[in-house]
Amino acid sequence: MARIIVVTSGKGGVGKTTTSAAFGAGLARAGHRTVVVDFDVGLRNLDLIMGCERRVVYDFVNVINGEANLNQALIRDKRTEGLSILPASQTRDKDALTFEGVQTVLEGLAKDHDYIVCDSPAGIERGAHLAMYFADEALIVTNPEVSSVRDSDRVLGLLASKTRRAEQDDEPIREHLVITRYAPERVGKGEMLSVEDVCEILSIDLLGVIPESTAVLNASNSGVPVILEEKTDAGQAYDDVVARFLGEAREHRFIDEKKGLFGRLFKG
Amino acid sequence: MLSENHAGGAFELKGRMATLTVLQVLTADIDELLKQLDGRLSQAPGFFTGMPLVIAPSASVALDAAGLQRLVDGLRARELVPVAAVDMPAEQAASAGLGWLRNFERPADGSATERGKSKSPAASTTRIVTTPVRSGQQIYAHGGDLVVTAPVSAGAELMADGHIHVYANLRGRALAGVQGDGNARIFCQSLNAELVAIAGHYQLSEQMDRGLQGGPVVIQLQGADLQLSAL
Repeated sequence: MARIIVVTSGKGGVGKTTTSAAFGAGLARAGHRTVVVDFDVGLRNLDLIMGCERRVVYDFVNVINGEANLNQALIRDKRTEGLSILPASQTRDKDALTFEGVQTVLEGLAKDHDYIVCDSPAGIERGAHLAMYFADEALIVTNPEVSSVRDSDRVLGLLASKTRRAEQDDEPIREHLVITRYAPERVGKGEMLSVEDVCEILSIDLLGVIPESTAVLNASNSGVPVILEEKTDAGQAYDDVVARFLGEAREHRFIDEKKGLFGRLFKG
Repeated sequence: MLSENHAGGAFELKGRMATLTVLQVLTADIDELLKQLDGRLSQAPGFFTGMPLVIAPSASVALDAAGLQRLVDGLRARELVPVAAVDMPAEQAASAGLGWLRNFERPADGSATERGKSKSPAASTTRIVTTPVRSGQQIYAHGGDLVVTAPVSAGAELMADGHIHVYANLRGRALAGVQGDGNARIFCQSLNAELVAIAGHYQLSEQMDRGLQGGPVVIQLQGADLQLSAL
């Protein structure tokens, strides 16, 4: 049975799609059949970040409306074996997603995938609600600043009350925290919340910290999931995230400020 | 206004739970019973005043009309309120000025039940929450206290007719005694609340004593002012 993982945040622009792409690619690279579903109908981005925008023929809404079947809409990634994406429609809006339609599509995908990664739109309205409703696990993507943390907190409340597992009184959704765009030197100056602050406010397990990095923008621009850029800090951080998610114990990295030469000399 | 309110109907029937204490009569010797009752009442003066009672003679006790009347008079003299009787003819109950209850589930005879050993525990109206209360969530403990053992986030709202206890960080809002109980209090392990209120009297975080923030605090109402003090 496939596990459904929602990547969500409440706030926009914090790195949900970047995380969905990297996480999905990482799971596939580890040998799991993975599909990443773009729920951001009308603001389709996932295909760009994964470099397959020129191969989109049919989309999620076409499948829901019965205008195409799943196999026609799924795009198989050329770089990573076992990775597919289901793109969103760019010409429609979130109302095109129906409850039954989403359920049918997820059930269809569950037949031949191990993981279904749902890239949620920002907000807490229909699109975001449907993206989280059927989830078994959730990655909460948060930037270390107060408004992002507050929105994530709101989303955690919805995960605990407005989802299938909550309504059917099943075991609750497993929640994992991913802190993105983390800049230790700015935390040091008091311009950003620290990892400890964020964890204390949200009180859920920390899956990983992704450093603020030019590698993320470069990877997005060239349509490569940043996890495949193995030499970069962000790529390695996402690799840690996937490994921890799959049960491997790894030390947290990129949390402490890099010490310059003088720092190293004087502080050891 | 008044006539409009009455236009819908002259009365309403509402189900309410009230506790009726059963006075199980184990002897026909009313003097002895009243003497022992005085002993019990003297242990807790005032506690039993006004308590509604149902008189239930034990199966082995033959309580005649005169005996029942003396018992009722004796109870009323002690400021108890006998309201009804069971297990006797309806006319006998009526003659002593008591109601008569049908379908009354009376405890089985015997000292074990008489001492209340097998009483089922009364349902508590306290609401207990063990998972974090997130921004945007609202929890209302209707008719009782609210106990939260997990963090309460900024933007979350706790409400209770009675007291509120938070055994973690309180960052959201806490409103105790929302039906107007000015004796309600708020207890928290770490005060970082946006707003606290008791019976409608509120205080914002910026009005709170800085020295108390982040620490364990109890909040109560004194007159029309909220008083915050360290626990």
